[in-house]
Amino acid sequence: MHYQVESPSAAAAAWSYLMRVRSMEEDQMERVVRLASQSAVVIFSVSSCCMCHAMKTLFCGMGVNPTVHELDQDPKGKDMERALMRLLGNGINTTAATVPVVFIGGKLVGSMDRVLAFHISGTLVPLLKQAGALWL
Amino acid sequence: MQGFKTAPPSSQLYCHSSFLLRGNDGNRNPTTGFCDLGDLHHSSAVFHQDGVDLGSSSMFSVKSSNVVGGSNMQYGTLSTNVGSSEIGSGGGGCMDTGLQLMYHKGVAMQTLPLGNGHVDNWADSGIADNSQQTDDTSTDIDTDDRIQCNRGKNGSRMVMQSKDQTKIKPEDQKTLRRLAQNREAAKKSRLRKKAYVQQLENSRVKLVQLEQELQRARQQGIFIATEGNQGHLAVGNGALAFDLEYAHWVEEHQRLLNDLRLAVNSQMSDDELHILVEGVRAHYNELFRLKRIGAKADIFHILSGMWKTPVETRFMWLGGFRSSELLKIIKNHLEPLTEQQLLGICNLQQSSLQSEDALDKGMEALHQYLVETLSSTSLGPNGNGNVADYMDQMALAMAKLGELEGLLQQADLLKQHYLQQLQRILTVRQTARALLVQNDFISRLRALSSLWLARPKE
Repeated sequence: MHYQVESPSAAAAAWSYLMRVRSMEEDQMERVVRLASQSAVVIFSVSSCCMCHAMKTLFCGMGVNPTVHELDQDPKGKDMERALMRLLGNGINTTAATVPVVFIGGKLVGSMDRVLAFHISGTLVPLLKQAGALWL
Repeated sequence: MQGFKTAPPSSQLYCHSSFLLRGNDGNRNPTTGFCDLGDLHHSSAVFHQDGVDLGSSSMFSVKSSNVVGGSNMQYGTLSTNVGSSEIGSGGGGCMDTGLQLMYHKGVAMQTLPLGNGHVDNWADSGIADNSQQTDDTSTDIDTDDRIQCNRGKNGSRMVMQSKDQTKIKPEDQKTLRRLAQNREAAKKSRLRKKAYVQQLENSRVKLVQLEQELQRARQQGIFIATEGNQGHLAVGNGALAFDLEYAHWVEEHQRLLNDLRLAVNSQMSDDELHILVEGVRAHYNELFRLKRIGAKADIFHILSGMWKTPVETRFMWLGGFRSSELLKIIKNHLEPLTEQQLLGICNLQQSSLQSEDALDKGMEALHQYLVETLSSTSLGPNGNGNVADYMDQMALAMAKLGELEGLLQQADLLKQHYLQQLQRILTVRQTARALLVQNDFISRLRALSSLWLARPKE
């Protein structure tokens, strides 16, 4: 998609480009949130990431059937990843991988460390039951 | 006494000799261990009274017919030092034969330092004392003949007699033979001593070298703050630095746990116990922090677990003990548990196990990825033209290896959460006991490692 220069000034052009990118991101943000509330457990992952694999294994091992969105197979994956980064509040920390990110019951839980913390402290299972992802 | 006219069993003769010595030692402290001869007293007590009077060397007449005419004077001088030299300075060899027997016996009886190997010690002590009261017959003495000369000092007359070549009597022959044996033994002893000293010197040199190497390694960019409270900065040689830090951590950990043990046994209040338990947990966090730093410097070293003792390394999972395993160990020592606590422990075990399995699968996925990436295309002999592929492969693999750090960190976090949850489920006292039990187990693994490493090898 190309942008149209509305004013001869380069700054204005840059600004309008930025605005479009932002809106694209926000679109994706909405999309992410929309996707997240479509199922009880939603995982945003990258197919080759081993931590994502670990998370998928964890949930499947508990008997949960999570909905997985592979960002590397989505055309707008990059934007979605950026949106997720903003949701998580990582900000400047770009070295850490964003994914996997999990939403339970439409609400953001977070990255693998949050999930494990909840699980060990025994609060993950009730959360899953509440969201309807686990029965008994 | 008459029983001794015939050849008595040598042990008896032995006793006699010892007695004689003791008799003469009345005025001084026995230095060379003849006090052990005390237990020979019982069999020869009778002689004691007579012992001093060696003129009744009828005892010695056992072996030799001639005698001791001159023996009295030697015994007089014997009173100064019961060194072998003096004994040796027996007249005419009768004393010598007695001594010879003593030597032989000495080898068998270990309480007496009469073994051949100790002869020169005797000689040494003998010399020291002899010099105080000597005749000056010591002018031309070479070391080998020291012993003989000692004898010579005190009973020069006797020695002269024994060395008198013109009239070689059987006793002299025996004397000569004994003296030669003495010499040999002394020589061997000296050689052994020399070899030992040489070995010590070599070890010392090696030690100095090792210390220098250690110093150099320390200076090559490893700066470790000595204050325990301030952070330890480890830069440079990551593996070595981590190992050193870990060693410090273990010492500190043992100290903390000993304090905890004392507290548990001393019926301290729960509040104070809680403070100690929190301290131990904070110390564990310190370890995780060190491991994070170490992983950044050398992740494969941390992953390998080689910084622990060999047996511990066997139990390593992603750089540490499995929480589920530790829980299994302490579970039995936690009685009595309430229903709720039991439930909590079971849940903790299950969730730990599930999390560990998940991380294991993650690690498997990493391995699988490396296999697929590095084995795809251009593995055949025709490798040219695919440099780009090769570079791509390497780039992908490098990126993947970066994920190892994340896995290791999650494993440590698991352990942290486990410790936290344990504190939540159990009472303070139970938690303290759990930590102690856990540490006892690990200490035993370390002890096992030490034993194994120190076992005698064929």
